[in-house]
Amino acid sequence: MKNTWPLWEVFIRSKSGLSHKHVGSLHAADAEMALENARDLYTRRNEGISIWVVESKHITASDPDDSDPLFDPAKDKIYRHPTFYNVPDEVTHM
Amino acid sequence: MKEYLLQLADNALILGHRLGEWCGHAPEMELDIALTNIALDLTGQARSLYQRVAELDGLGKTEDDYAYLRDAWEFRNTLLVEQPNGDFAHTIVRQFIFDSYHYYMCQALTQSKDEWLAGFAVKSLKEITYHLRFSSEWMMRLGDGTPISHEKTQAAIEDIWTFSGELTTLNEVEKVMASQGIGADLEKIKPAIAGKMAEVLAAANLTAPTGTWMQSGGKDGKHSEHLGFILAEMQFLQRAYPGQEW
Amino acid sequence: MNNLNFETIFQSKIDEETKIEPKDWMPEAYRKTLIRQISQHAHSEIVGMLPEGNWITRAPSLRRKLILLAKVQDEAGHGLYLYSAAETLGADRDDLVQQLLTGKAKYSSIFNYPTLNWADIGAIGWLVDGAAIMNQVMLTRTSYGPYARAMVRICKEESFHQRQGYEIMIAMAKGSPEQKAMAQDSLNRWWWPSLMMFGPNDSDSTHSDQALKWKIKRKSNDELRQQFVDVTVPQAEYLGLTVPDPDLRWNEERGHYDFGEINWDEFWSVVKGNGPCNRQRLQARVKAYEDGAWVRDAATAYAEKKEQRKLAPEATAKAA
Repeated sequence: MKNTWPLWEVFIRSKSGLSHKHVGSLHAADAEMALENARDLYTRRNEGISIWVVESKHITASDPDDSDPLFDPAKDKIYRHPTFYNVPDEVTHM
Repeated sequence: MKEYLLQLADNALILGHRLGEWCGHAPEMELDIALTNIALDLTGQARSLYQRVAELDGLGKTEDDYAYLRDAWEFRNTLLVEQPNGDFAHTIVRQFIFDSYHYYMCQALTQSKDEWLAGFAVKSLKEITYHLRFSSEWMMRLGDGTPISHEKTQAAIEDIWTFSGELTTLNEVEKVMASQGIGADLEKIKPAIAGKMAEVLAAANLTAPTGTWMQSGGKDGKHSEHLGFILAEMQFLQRAYPGQEW
Repeated sequence: MNNLNFETIFQSKIDEETKIEPKDWMPEAYRKTLIRQISQHAHSEIVGMLPEGNWITRAPSLRRKLILLAKVQDEAGHGLYLYSAAETLGADRDDLVQQLLTGKAKYSSIFNYPTLNWADIGAIGWLVDGAAIMNQVMLTRTSYGPYARAMVRICKEESFHQRQGYEIMIAMAKGSPEQKAMAQDSLNRWWWPSLMMFGPNDSDSTHSDQALKWKIKRKSNDELRQQFVDVTVPQAEYLGLTVPDPDLRWNEERGHYDFGEINWDEFWSVVKGNGPCNRQRLQARVKAYEDGAWVRDAATAYAEKKEQRKLAPEATAKAA
């Protein structure tokens, strides 16, 4: 018989002020166990102060084949970046 | 005082030793890590306590002298913690009974008049809080899981229950320590421990046996046959090659 | 685009050091090679818990006991990081574990040797982890992203493993005559198997070329082995122990140590299952897996019940 606890993705906040960051995955039967396993597996050396776990099947990822239509169009919108604009040197605080 | 600290230390050492036996053999790899974590916490606690005893002794002894150079009759741990791991249900039931006691006992110790002991208890309580959560959750998973797991866990309770009474029965050392406000007054915390156990057992669909004869003696050095073998293994190198650095 | 184009793009990404990520197109052979290599690596970590775990209950001091527990625990952790990386390639952990338990998948042969005296715990940290680190440092730059990231994590944690091992060796080698004898005995037994850990000579290695082209591996077996010998021999000298190789000598011209021929018959024999502990190690893992089945089932069943109660609290209340 196939006997696997579902797969969970783990996100750790390493310290206050930083966002949670994906660190890997693990198996657990339920959410409580996933949190505990994440604590034991990914924070043995003070790596975190907060943990998120989410069952892997609930994550929707973009398809790399779509990366051109998804991400290329942003490349030529250079007017979104401050360096696009010329401001005279004598004008400060901008 | 030293006798009292040795009781606490020996409980932690021997239970940590038992949990260490699981390492590499647990039902799931995540559990290898979890059980080892608890073993590390307990062995760490034992170490602090032995160091403190050595300080109080003032004989230039080390933590290892207490762990490795005393014989079974000098050990002051309860019978519960020296019981074999058995199957995972036995390990979890043993752990849960111990954690329930350990948690409330340690909580009481945070109020100890002995400053060192109170400080030690504050630090340990954080670890024990987690242990109790872990073992309570597993009691529920096993008790309320499948018919097989329920049966095995109920059987483990029947096997182990007889060792639960000793934890909360004061011996002479504990009476003296409690009366001085240094040790935990087990009489006072007994209802809280029993309440916690009843709550988890009910949630786990498990029943505590009634009218069980309670074994005792460990706290006064009268152990089960198991302890001798634990020590034979644990102390082998220190006994075979005395006085060496490792 | 046909596969040929995909493959050209893939190889150019590798050549320009762009990491390959889970959902990116990759040749089936690349995927298979990675799953095989990462899972073998994971199995090695898990089986590797056994020879050292063997001494947890006999560790000679509380300090050593804590260190050893933490180290063996790390190995379980490393196994899990690696299984996690393998799962990003579409493999299923339980399938991989089955391959280990049925003997279809290999793990590092070094763990089929027994730990016979306490110095073996030192020698494993010093030599076996030392050899593993050579390999693993290289793998932090491997082309597959999740594998590289797992290796970064592992390498950070491994350096404590090697140091604690060497510390044990120092204590033993500078200790009583009996302790020194144990240390020498363990070096005698672990030296050659450690050199074998890097795998067959480059001339005989079947997977090497393609793995180098795909930058899964970045150094050849023989390069890594030479590097290991070069750094380890002076460490043995510091301990005052003798490396069990009469042909070992510094070669001024090459700037490397020359060393004797590895007994490849022994190597292949252990790979094929005839090492001193192959059966014992696998039996221990099979036992843990089989004895644990009811526990894993219980947790699954409980999680399902809890989920149902959450969904239908009223129904449960009525039934009660």
